[in-house]
Amino acid sequence: MTPTTLTAYRWEVRKLASQKRTYIGIGASALLPILFVTVMAFQKGGPYDAPLGHNLRHTGIALALVVLTFASRFGAQLVTALVAGDIVATESTGGTLKMILTRSLRRRQILAGKTLASFTYVIALLLALLAAGLVSGGIAWGFNPVVDLTGTRLPAGHALGLTFAALGVFAIPLVAIAAFGIFLSVVTRNSAAAIVGTLVYELFMEAIVGLVHVQWLPHYMLSAQFDAWHGLFQTPVFWTPVIRCIWVSALFAAVPLAAAFAVFQRRDVADE
Amino acid sequence: MLPVEARGLVKAYGRIRAVDHVDLTVHEGDIYGFLGPNGAGKTTAMRVLLGLLRPDEGEVRLFGRDPQHEMPQALDGVAGFVETPHFYPYLTGRSNLELLAAFDGGDASGRVGAVLETVGLQTRAGDKVGGYSQGMRQRLGLAASLLRNPKLLVLDEPTNGLDPGGIRDMRDVIKELAAQGMTIFLSSHLLAEVEELCTRVSVIHEGRIVYEGALADLHASSAPRYRLRTSDQEAARRLLLDDGALGDVTASGDDLVFTAGEAVVLELSRRLVEAGLGIAALIPETATLEQLFFELTEAGEHPHRLEAVA
Repeated sequence: MTPTTLTAYRWEVRKLASQKRTYIGIGASALLPILFVTVMAFQKGGPYDAPLGHNLRHTGIALALVVLTFASRFGAQLVTALVAGDIVATESTGGTLKMILTRSLRRRQILAGKTLASFTYVIALLLALLAAGLVSGGIAWGFNPVVDLTGTRLPAGHALGLTFAALGVFAIPLVAIAAFGIFLSVVTRNSAAAIVGTLVYELFMEAIVGLVHVQWLPHYMLSAQFDAWHGLFQTPVFWTPVIRCIWVSALFAAVPLAAAFAVFQRRDVADE
Repeated sequence: MLPVEARGLVKAYGRIRAVDHVDLTVHEGDIYGFLGPNGAGKTTAMRVLLGLLRPDEGEVRLFGRDPQHEMPQALDGVAGFVETPHFYPYLTGRSNLELLAAFDGGDASGRVGAVLETVGLQTRAGDKVGGYSQGMRQRLGLAASLLRNPKLLVLDEPTNGLDPGGIRDMRDVIKELAAQGMTIFLSSHLLAEVEELCTRVSVIHEGRIVYEGALADLHASSAPRYRLRTSDQEAARRLLLDDGALGDVTASGDDLVFTAGEAVVLELSRRLVEAGLGIAALIPETATLEQLFFELTEAGEHPHRLEAVA
């Protein structure tokens, strides 16, 4: 059987599944909504001003997205950076890169497998958060209709479908963050530098939005795309931010990934 | 087509040339020893051979294919490792091999059990590699190479970190593989190992090849050395020093040591007797690989030193 990118991807996922830190990230992601519900159970107030926050205590369906609003400021990027920034660099420093690069897979197939595995991890993080949010929110507040951002009452089933879609939209800029982490992982050959660099990259974009007072600019920064899912919870659905999220994130992912593949294809594998 | 053919390889790091116009020729069936002191450029040259490093100049062919431009096909029939083989510590030995077999494709997956048995790791195959000793990792590295069913096996210091029993086992495996027709290219700084295993050698020093050829030719190339003990060593010493046909006359313990051809030694023995000296011992000595190695890599000149020839 000829090895393919799928072969590399399958083994990258298996490698991730064999490491404790993978589960720590996913566990932390799942823990967030549970902590949220627990804290709210012991106090009267809540983040009612957050998008969909007014649904808390009325339905568990909105919990995951409210938690995501808070996680989108830093936590999701951190966990993503931990894996994406490490995925190539750890093989450079661990000496395993030279072992896998002398087999029958092409370099680009190996990097493609790693890239897809990182993206899979991002999806797994969000699914863990959603599952824990639905279970804990459902137990605490039930599966009741959701009032969207324009005040329209959405049936529980419809709201659940939109929640899945919203997570999908949220995943798009997160994948772009992962792409930058992979780029740094390839270029720096150092996990810590790649992880920190990825976080600095995210903070840098936040800083630009805060410091540069040009009205259109925030719409085209990656950090702003984490709010694009709000468009799905409007009646009628406001597609403009969703579509912009897709192409802006695609650009932010494509450039570092193209650079990562170009560097990885030609790089020397020597002492790190 | 030759298993390895390297011409004019240069690899520099800044102003330092780790590999400086290296030529290597490995024939089919060779057990080829790549000798050199630490830091001589062995590992860098081997990385270039396996396509891990891009040379600044020169080219490599492995069975006629260029690893710089024809990867991964250039490694068809080629396997090995440079420096200590590294594995994923959180996977078992068997899983590591399964991963590499999947990356190799073909029928490599079906060979995992057999190669584990060949290197004697079948009982520890289910343990995570993080708990393996250096020697076990070295053996797993050999197993990982054998998965590819190679015609050319490239091994960098294969007995590094092994205990005496492990060294013996590793050398036995290498001999067995060579007996099966596999071409083996191994680097080592252990002269006894090269002497025991190899048929052809090259010696690299400060990035340059100072000898390449058959091990037997290297031995034959050194000037014959003799050890002499007589009834009067001081008189014998004066006589030797006066003889212009002798070379490198030195004292070694109670003996006198010199280099000379056989005809000169015959004439010398007659002159010693004529001078009234009793000859207790006149023993021809074969230079060890160690002596030859030092001659090639240290200040002394050697008739086969390539730079001297050039």
